[in-house]
Amino acid sequence: MTKIAIFDYGAGNLFSLKSALERNGAKKVDIIYDMKDLDRYDGLVLPGVGNFDPAIQSIEKDAKRLDSAIEKGMPVMGICLGMEMLFNRSEEGKLEGLKILDGEVVMLPKGKVKVPHMGWNNLKITAKNSRFLRGIENDSWVYFVHSYKTVPKDKKLVTASSDYGTTVPAVVEKGNLVGVQFHPEKSGDVGARMIKNFLSMCKEAKADKK
Amino acid sequence: MTLAKRIIPCLDVDNGRVVKGVHFADVKDAGDPVELAKKYSEQGADELVFLDITASQQGRDTMKNVVRKVASVIDIPFTVGGGIKKLEDARGILLSGADKVSINTAAVKSPGLITQLMEIFGKQCVVVAIDAKRRYCEGVECKGKHTFRDKKKGRYWFEVMIYGGKEGTGLDAIAWAREVEKKGAGEILLTSIDADGTENGYDVELTKAICKASTIPVIASGGCGSPRHMRDVFEKADVDAALAASIFHYEKTTVDKVKKYLKRSGVRTRI
Repeated sequence: MTKIAIFDYGAGNLFSLKSALERNGAKKVDIIYDMKDLDRYDGLVLPGVGNFDPAIQSIEKDAKRLDSAIEKGMPVMGICLGMEMLFNRSEEGKLEGLKILDGEVVMLPKGKVKVPHMGWNNLKITAKNSRFLRGIENDSWVYFVHSYKTVPKDKKLVTASSDYGTTVPAVVEKGNLVGVQFHPEKSGDVGARMIKNFLSMCKEAKADKK
Repeated sequence: MTLAKRIIPCLDVDNGRVVKGVHFADVKDAGDPVELAKKYSEQGADELVFLDITASQQGRDTMKNVVRKVASVIDIPFTVGGGIKKLEDARGILLSGADKVSINTAAVKSPGLITQLMEIFGKQCVVVAIDAKRRYCEGVECKGKHTFRDKKKGRYWFEVMIYGGKEGTGLDAIAWAREVEKKGAGEILLTSIDADGTENGYDVELTKAICKASTIPVIASGGCGSPRHMRDVFEKADVDAALAASIFHYEKTTVDKVKKYLKRSGVRTRI
């Protein structure tokens, strides 16, 4: 019984994401507005809709709870903005990021390519032992919609990237923490496989806890 | 590396059912939108567009249910257009699970709606549909318009049409494309009224001109009768996506066959 929480920043439609998690094997998916009862879940998803500052404002009060959940090994998947928030700061906003991952978020270079980066692009897989990317082939197609990219201090955290006028870190992983720049819930079979992988990580983490 | 060229099947939905017709007439039931969405998604469609052609409010509420059901079964992006007049209509559709809304008549009547939608939901959610019709110059009609030349029929320009292609606006389509981008549109869904329903191919001239005038993605629509037409428009215009309805509905071909053909032809395709 894998129970997943999606944190809502109040920015809107989480229905596709919730459906994708359920379709791929999550037994219970709740949308949560604070992290008081985070312990009840086996994994947390930070969704990818909204803007940096309002999202940070809505999650700030729970920053400590989030930190300690990650420290205890809870699998967390940040999608798009949900990934960007994990870093120190972003050119999209004025507020400080969650500083869970070291690095910053910068705007995609304009001029060479159309911004936002919107559509299907290839993944270059750079890590062999990624659990999130298990079974995913190099050059698989995934669906991106974003105008900013992350610049992690530790380049080794990047397990897959994409080329769009510049190198875009597509997946970062640190322990059970996963950040994805694209939208797995909109990435067809490839995305479905990744969601299943995330849910397996949740299952394993739950078994370890016992 | 650039993005894959997108292939987008379009479904006309009336009172919760997919319909197909020729030139808006002789409309026949073509099935359940959720089933068809699933089928096209499994065949490898890169995105789907639903056009709600319902006239009644009751039918529009039905559409929101369709959107929820579609969002729960497919894992590719989808756009919903047709009859969106105000912010609340768009919000209802987006909160039901659509990734983007497409506005046409409302964008012309109240262009501020484009900006409002962009500010609330982000520009990636806002598609402006432009229906364009060739107008041949007869005297002053061409003044201030972007004109093109046809060897036989002389000079012409493209007029923006609203209310399903029934009413002219006097607006120049190329100027309008620039305008909607400035106002916050994230994408343009460009339909040639002249080519629509002919199955003789996309209006390449129009598509080229709009792509040149915009820095946002453009979807070519109207006139697709074969995979060859998609190849043509991708090769001749810098267009991001090609939309088609009848070739898929009448099962002349399937999305995966089209994509294999395009890939063989050197078009960057997601397979």
